[in-house]
Amino acid sequence: MTSQQICEKIRERFGPAIREAKTEGVPNPFVSVAPENLRDISLFLRDEADLACDSLMCLSGVDSGKGMLGAVYHIASTAHRHTVTLKVQVPAEKAEIPSVADIWPAANWHEREAYDLIGITFTGHPDLRRILLPDDWPGHPLRKDFKVPEFYHGMKVPY
Amino acid sequence: MLTDFGRILIFLLIGGLFTAGGLIGSWVLRPRRPYPGKLATYECGEEPIGNPWVKFNIRFYVVALIFIVFDVEVVFLFPWALVFRNLGMFAFIEMAVFLAILVVGYAYVWVKGDLDWDKPRPIVPRYVKGVGVVSDEKTEIEEHVTA
Amino acid sequence: MGLLDSQFDNSNIVITTLDNLLNWARLSSLWQMQFGLACCAIEMMAASASNFDMMRFGVIPRATPRQCDVMIVSGTVTLKMASRIKRLYDQMSEPRYVISMGSCSNCGGPYWEHGYHVLKGVDRVVPVDVYVPGCPPRPEALIEGLLKLQEKIRSESLVKKSA
Repeated sequence: MTSQQICEKIRERFGPAIREAKTEGVPNPFVSVAPENLRDISLFLRDEADLACDSLMCLSGVDSGKGMLGAVYHIASTAHRHTVTLKVQVPAEKAEIPSVADIWPAANWHEREAYDLIGITFTGHPDLRRILLPDDWPGHPLRKDFKVPEFYHGMKVPY
Repeated sequence: MLTDFGRILIFLLIGGLFTAGGLIGSWVLRPRRPYPGKLATYECGEEPIGNPWVKFNIRFYVVALIFIVFDVEVVFLFPWALVFRNLGMFAFIEMAVFLAILVVGYAYVWVKGDLDWDKPRPIVPRYVKGVGVVSDEKTEIEEHVTA
Repeated sequence: MGLLDSQFDNSNIVITTLDNLLNWARLSSLWQMQFGLACCAIEMMAASASNFDMMRFGVIPRATPRQCDVMIVSGTVTLKMASRIKRLYDQMSEPRYVISMGSCSNCGGPYWEHGYHVLKGVDRVVPVDVYVPGCPPRPEALIEGLLKLQEKIRSESLVKKSA
């Protein structure tokens, strides 16, 4: 099944929940969903027999620069060898996305990384804490409005 | 002129002097600049947390205890073995009774399971379809987890 | 007592000979604390391996700071790692030296401008004796840095340094 067909299947099953879909002219045809429907769509993708998307290849946090944070999910099926992409967008002031860590175990660390670097809180995550930066690091570095601190534990940070 | 034990004493003294000489020599010569950072316990660069004294499993103690008991039995066997031919049947029967009592003890320890070597069994995580990675040996999954 | 602690007031023939002997002994068996952090670590391993062989200079890699003379900081030093480097340097016993290998530990390297979590040079936390430039430096360059360190040790003295 091609990614376009999978997007069509998601659309016909979850029609009103889709915010935006782009299947032509992009290397990864994607479906953009609201955070509330993310878990239902993920379970549908994983449990449906001819989709059988049992592997989350990658979960990336995104700062669009316009006050919106988001996450991009690249999902693949090892049985059918097809891929699909999901996108979720949330406002920066209230950046909360339901966690899919119990659906795909790979999401556990990927969500921790998105929390660490972009600052998106994943509700329902079993162990949401910083994974790359030290626990007392101020701020979330990959946001567009991040300022490098002057000193950290007595060490001068800028050049 | 020197007795056998005298020779052993000389040997011990020279050994002691050799060790002490090395240690005292380096104490005299080496630089000494201690400060709290240098004296801290090594923990691969982290702040040391907790006690370096670790509790070890009781199986080591049990094995050592049983070994001591039977080692003392062997200590009694050695001098007996040297002279029992001169002492006749009585010594043989006596030692046989002693060994029989200890064999009863040995059988008891064996059946009770004190000689079993309890290795800790780590729980290896396994993948269960529909749920994910499970690291709990009691979990039996029959249906998919729904949110 | 600390007789070998550079505390003597003046030099004489005995001290000079002792100097030479001690310096020769110290530079010929510089046990290194392997501090491979990133790509430079691969070059450090290559320098220890058979083609370039640092062991013929007496440099044996030891994992613990208590038995080491030299710490070769090879690779990018992040701020998270910098406090560990400081602690491990503190736990080495005198005489101790630091070789900073590669651009990242010399000055922050390619991350000098935008690296928010990179320490711009390991000399912000530990005193460095020899800087080996390169990204990564070839094993020959690292060995040259080691030889420079040996030169530096050869010129040390038991006589107190006057101000």
